[in-house]
Amino acid sequence: MTNEAARALLAEVFRRFAPEVDFGSIDPRADLREQLDIDSLDFLNALVAIHERTGVDIPESDYAQVATLDAAAAYLAARAR
Amino acid sequence: MPDATGATHEFRMPSLGADMEAGRIVRWRVAPGDRVARGDIVVEVETDKAEMEVETFQEGVIERLVAVVGDKVPVGGPLAMIRSPSGALREAPAPPVATSPAAAAPPAPARAAPPPSSPPAPSPARALGERARATPLARRIAEASGVDLQAIAGTGPAGAITADDVRAATAATPRAPSAPAASPAPVAASAERSAARQRVVAALMERSKREIPHYYLNASIDLTAALAWLEERNRERPVADRVLPAALLCRAVARALEAAPELSGHYEAGSFRPAPALHLGIAIALRGGGLIAPAILDAAAKPLSELMRGLRDLGERARNGKLRASEMASATLTVTSLGDGGVDSVQAVIYPPQVAIIGFGTPAPRPWVDREGGLCVRTIVQATLAADHRVSNGHRGARFLKALERALQNPEQLT
Repeated sequence: MTNEAARALLAEVFRRFAPEVDFGSIDPRADLREQLDIDSLDFLNALVAIHERTGVDIPESDYAQVATLDAAAAYLAARAR
Repeated sequence: MPDATGATHEFRMPSLGADMEAGRIVRWRVAPGDRVARGDIVVEVETDKAEMEVETFQEGVIERLVAVVGDKVPVGGPLAMIRSPSGALREAPAPPVATSPAAAAPPAPARAAPPPSSPPAPSPARALGERARATPLARRIAEASGVDLQAIAGTGPAGAITADDVRAATAATPRAPSAPAASPAPVAASAERSAARQRVVAALMERSKREIPHYYLNASIDLTAALAWLEERNRERPVADRVLPAALLCRAVARALEAAPELSGHYEAGSFRPAPALHLGIAIALRGGGLIAPAILDAAAKPLSELMRGLRDLGERARNGKLRASEMASATLTVTSLGDGGVDSVQAVIYPPQVAIIGFGTPAPRPWVDREGGLCVRTIVQATLAADHRVSNGHRGARFLKALERALQNPEQLT
């Protein structure tokens, strides 16, 4: 999966949980959850959606590696087909 | 044609909370001629608070729809007619007859049937209290004049309260303070909708602080072992099977309630009715404003994994407006967890007619003194019980918190 495709997928998934947020305006290097104001329940539901869409199951120990949009896109791009 | 001899029942707008006065029909899920069973979703309804799905507790065939999409129907108003097959109908739980929401109207646990998969239990309506039966006109008059239907003796058929009964009571009693009415929100205007939602929260919280003598108890609980256990458990599982600390806290609450069961139930019309089953309300902040607390039904009977599924499911459906009427009206005790909010503790406001709410702050590393008197760093959560002093006292509340603390020290027993 290309980095662009991963970004688009993340935007699509997280838009469900934060529909009023303009995804283009968020800082890709700042904490994603904080900017979207989503709680751990929504975050978990988002990870389930990402798993379903890409087959990538992000373990808890890797949460720190998907904390920002840039990091999460790189993480997915490297693992998803 | 067995149906031809059956009885026809009104399917009515349920009360989905102490704060609800009316609901707007969003979508019918059935059409005339459709057969429905207990627990089937019949209609989607929007209130100032949320959208939700309403189930029927009457089996039969939809004879006709009385209300159309867009209609705003007061609580207790007819929505559809359901013809029950003769013979099959014994004593189905009576359709709830709404009490005046302006007075001390409790949410209607009458609609709080167990989930369809559960074995048929005695209707919570019976256990949690008889509701006043009243004619629609009587109800409207009571609503307009702020009279509590619960306090009126009916002289109509089967003891139903008639308009004359209400007029007599209006003349005899001083006007009750009526809860501020939330005005209807247009379906489209989201800003106005969130303002309306906030008004609903405001009315309910005002009522709580006006009527309920809260007392508060706080305990610092060491979550280190519980979180380590969860992390270990989650390590081997796919994301869909992972359990969040919030679910573990809910499980511990259900367990600890065995030490103080009087924290779960409803206080209505001057008396407390303990709940036969724990329907655990989960406070969920809605995006764009508003707060709802739908319940995980029969939470004490659910293992940890199922509680977690329940939490995820509630969160998902709260967003999509797909909560069920039974979930909205039935909570007997509520948990509010600001786990992600970075706050130390939450002194929460009780949802009437419930009698307690448990607030959890954000678990955080703190200096701690261990059993041997040594100083160490542990992950601590502040658990705060707010409870109704008309029903319980600090001694019982303390027992509950102690049991909660104990339960969380043995997470492997919370599965």
